[in-house]
Parts: sequence; structure tokens; C-alpha cells
Amino acid sequence: MRPPGAGHRAASGRPDFLKRAQPRYGEKAVKVLLVAASLVSVATTVGIIAALVPPALDFFGEVGFGDFITGTDWSPLFKPPHFGVLPLVTGTLVVTAIALVVAVPLGLGAAVYLSEYARPRVRSFFKPVLEVLAGIPTVVYGFFALQAITPLLQDIWPGGRGPEVFNALSAGFVMGIMIIPTIASLSEDAMNAVPNDLRDGGFALGSSRMQVATRVVFPAALSGIVAASVLGVSRAIGETMIVAVAAGGRPNLSFNPLEGMQTMTAFIAAAGIGDLPTGSLGYQTIFAVGSLLFVMTLVMNLVSIRLVRRYREVYE
Amino acid sequence: MGSRVLGEGVATGVPEGRRLERRRTPWRERLFQLSLGASLAVGVVFLGSLLTYVVVEAWPRLDFRILTDFPDIIDPTQAGAQSAITGTIWVIAFTALYCLPVGFLTAIHLEEYADRHRWYNRAIEINIQNLAAVPSIVYGILGLGIISRGLGFGQTVLTASLTLSLLVLPTVIIAAREAIRAVPQSIREASLALGATQWQTIWRQVLPAAVPGMATGAILALSRAIGEAAPLLLLGGLTFITFNPTGLDSAYTVLPIQIFNWISQSRAEFAPLAAAAIVILLVILLAMNSLAIWLRNRYSRRW
Repeated sequence: MRPPGAGHRAASGRPDFLKRAQPRYGEKAVKVLLVAASLVSVATTVGIIAALVPPALDFFGEVGFGDFITGTDWSPLFKPPHFGVLPLVTGTLVVTAIALVVAVPLGLGAAVYLSEYARPRVRSFFKPVLEVLAGIPTVVYGFFALQAITPLLQDIWPGGRGPEVFNALSAGFVMGIMIIPTIASLSEDAMNAVPNDLRDGGFALGSSRMQVATRVVFPAALSGIVAASVLGVSRAIGETMIVAVAAGGRPNLSFNPLEGMQTMTAFIAAAGIGDLPTGSLGYQTIFAVGSLLFVMTLVMNLVSIRLVRRYREVYE
Repeated sequence: MGSRVLGEGVATGVPEGRRLERRRTPWRERLFQLSLGASLAVGVVFLGSLLTYVVVEAWPRLDFRILTDFPDIIDPTQAGAQSAITGTIWVIAFTALYCLPVGFLTAIHLEEYADRHRWYNRAIEINIQNLAAVPSIVYGILGLGIISRGLGFGQTVLTASLTLSLLVLPTVIIAAREAIRAVPQSIREASLALGATQWQTIWRQVLPAAVPGMATGAILALSRAIGEAAPLLLLGGLTFITFNPTGLDSAYTVLPIQIFNWISQSRAEFAPLAAAAIVILLVILLAMNSLAIWLRNRYSRRW
């Protein structure tokens, strides 16, 4: 490497610094490498779609899409098999709803506390606790739901028949706890992005802390809070291990949270364990249900990403 | 509405001998603050009882056999998780090997080279954000349809680690980008002004400053991969394995799958075994998280 601009005379007679710089092939090669790496994530999405669509189309060639999406009987292994996906969808929705009833109030409460009330020391205790909660493997949550929460619910259930061994209630409750960190940390980000001027304005008008938190900060951070909750829904719909362990493996068109029910994810896991031969109708059901799951979560993720961008644009 | 609720911590601007009596915080304020604190407490109490329950449940089986013995379906008292522990190490080592270079390079590209006003760069960003929230079981479907059966890699360590690499790649990218973004622009400008090329600037100035943050994010992403079970259920992880992996083409099982297997057994003797394996898994995760926190505190700089 020669120093740029060194004034030696080269063979051509011109000073070096007047000549065009050497092409830096190294810099170009690096760029190509970086772009190639970035394309891996694009290829992942393409791969997911390429994995899902062809077997799903094969499946819908055999089973009508209308029968699939409106059918109320899911028994792919029986003879004759039925492929109505509604029991799996309702199972997913019941568990998700329970999880949200737990996670949204608790997650938002935690976020408001951390953002508007907590002193730095209190924050530095609770933030790692939330991170640990987020870091526990979901199969561990499932174990706890099945072995500890369900027996506890059965013991304390007032009269009548309590929850079954496998039930949506304990799976949903534990899943709700699992989602608290997601909702809390994203909403806290959104609340922190609200400029202090707005808070000061509220206080200057004589508002209390609660009034500032609920009537100034909360509305100002609303799009971020909604984004956090939508992402929470997406995580609840996609969660597999908790429901596979604690909610049971029986498709069940019911809205009773005390009963066991199979979710879409738990079905995919159960069918995947079976190691079905490629091309069989049973194998294709994995991809049909998977496509439905992917589309549902994709819509929510995009809504959530959109909302986050909105509050970033407003305040940053 | 305003004047009766001057709460604590509000600068009132009233001089020392204040004429306005400072009211006690109204009960609604207290109740609100209490319920906020309670919602955090639920998480803490849950975490505490989960950890306590697991340890108490695992206690009778928490000995060295869990590390040295292989799974035994006949006699739970003789069973251990050795093949699952070695399987976890194999799978995670190769996951790190595949996803960290790709993730770091992508982060460098997006932060240092990509023009954010171009639609394709924005599309790549949104794509990564979405991938971070795609359910893990969908990655299992990708692994099953494309890697295991499409490419014919079968139910092997290779398939498992490739699938997990794609699963945690968005997390690695997002964390590495934040670390790179935290390096102040002035350092880049100084380096460029001295005549360094863009890559020289990145390699000699930006990356050394960003590496602790990137490493922290990478460890946290890998600890997510260690706890992941759902995609591997589709990739042969649940096969009954009583040997350690011997190579990339070897069959395998991993700790979370072994735990799932033992939970699913109907006999009650398997529950302590599952709990003991959970303790091992949590200890590994705790060690990794401590390392990440130590790295963050030891090497992080405020600019």
C-alpha cells in the first residue's frame, strides 16, 4: 500500500496523486459479502413460503378450502378423516384470550410503573426479573402449568367439576405470564418515547401522577401500547410447547376453558412427531395448518411493526 | 379538578412557608400505584414459585446420574440426560457457527452501507422484524419441508442447527445493529478523514467498539436457541436416543426435547426426572446470561 498523495514520480511522468486511485477490490468484495449475508434473511422468508405453499396446495386439491376453513370436525387420522380446522382455531383462540386477559393488564401495569413511578434502584431490580421471565424455556412453563397450576386449580376450585387434567385455563394463564415481558418492555419503550414536555405540561396544570400517567402518557403512547399487545397476541397464537404439554391433544370445539383442547401449534407438533411419509395427506395437513398459522401471525406482526413506526415518527 | 390533587414529587413552586396545605395523597392515587406495583409483583412471585417448585420437585433426582446416565424408558431411577446434554452442546455449537457470522455481517450491512431510503433496504428491515415474530414451529416446518426432506439432510444435528440458526438470526441481527449504532458517528468521521477506507474504518474502529454489545446479544440469542423445543419436534429430536452425537450427520436429542419426553410419560416417576433436567437446563441458561451481563458491564463504554 502506498500512502495516497505521496509525491513520487511514477514511470508515466505524472505525480502519483494525479493518477486515478487503485481500484480497491477488497472493498468491493466486502460489500458483496455483506449483501449476500443480508439476503439470507430474505431467503428465509422465501424458504418458509416455499415450504408451506406447495404441500398446502396439494392438500387443498384433496380437501376443499371451504370444508377446511368452516368444518367443525378435525379428525385427520380417523377413517373416514375429517379436515375441519375450526376446533383447532377455537382452541387457539380460547388459550390466546386467557393469556391476553392475564398479560395485557399486568404487562401494562408493569410498564406504567417502570416508566412513570419506579426509582432507578427499583427499576434495576425489576427489569432483570422480567428478562429472566422472558428467558425461561417454554417447555418449563408447560411443565409448571401441568404439574403445579392445574393441581392447584383443581384443589381450590369452588364446587362442581374443576378443570380437567389437560385444560386451556392453566395453559392460558401460564402463557399470559410468559408474555408479560414482551408487552411490558415494548410499552415501556413507547412510554419512554413520550417527551417530558407533555408530562411537565400536565403537572403544570395541576394534574396528579395518576392523571398524567393515564390521561397524558397513556394516550400519547397508545400506538406503541397497541403494537405491544398485538405482538403479544402473535406470540400467544404461535406458542407451542406450553399448549402441547398442558392443554392436551384432543381437538375440541368448545369455549369452556376447563376442558382440554388442541391448538393449531399443538397439532402441528403432534403430527410432526409422527414422522409421516412425504406426500401423504397426513403430512400435508402440517403445511395446511401451518399456512393458516403463518398468515394469522404475519398479519399481526405487520400491524404491530406499522404501529411502532408511527410512534417513532411522531416523537423521534 | 386540579388543585386538590397536588401529589408528591410535583414541583409546586410554592415558597417554603407555603400557604397551600399539602394534602395527603388521595386514596385513588394510592390504589393506582399499588395495583401497578402488584402487577409487577405477580411476575416476581410467579418466577419465585416456579423456580422453587422445580428445585423441590427435582431434589430426589438431582445427582450426578442425571449428567452421566443415558435415558432409560424401563427404569426411570436409572435414567439420565447425558445424550441430551451432549446433543444440546453439538446443536448449539453449530448454530452459533452458522448464525453469528451471517447475523453480524447483515447488521454491518444494514447499519454501515445500506441506504435507508431505498425500498429494498426498508423491505429487508421489515422482513427481519417480521421473522423475529414468526412462531418457532413455523421454522420447524421450514426445516422439515426444505432442509430435512427437500435438501435431504434428514433428522440430523446439521438440520437442527441450520433450522435453529435461521430461527435466532433476526435476534442476532437486531442486537448487533443496536451495538453498532451505539458507536458515535464522530469516530467514523475521524477515521475516514485520516484516509481510511470504509471497511478499514469498520474493521479497525467500529467493530472493536461494538464487539461487547454484539457478543452480549449473541449469547442471549443462543440461550433462546438452547431452550427451543418446538421446531425440533418436527425434526426428529424426539427419537429415543441413548448415544452421544458423533458428527453432523448423527441423530440427536436435546435437553428441552428430553424434558418434553419425560413430561409426556404417564408414570409419575418421570416427573422428578423432568424437573432435574429442567434444573440442568436453567443452570446452563443462568451461566450464559451471567456471562452476557458480565461482558456488558465489563466492556461497555458510554460515549
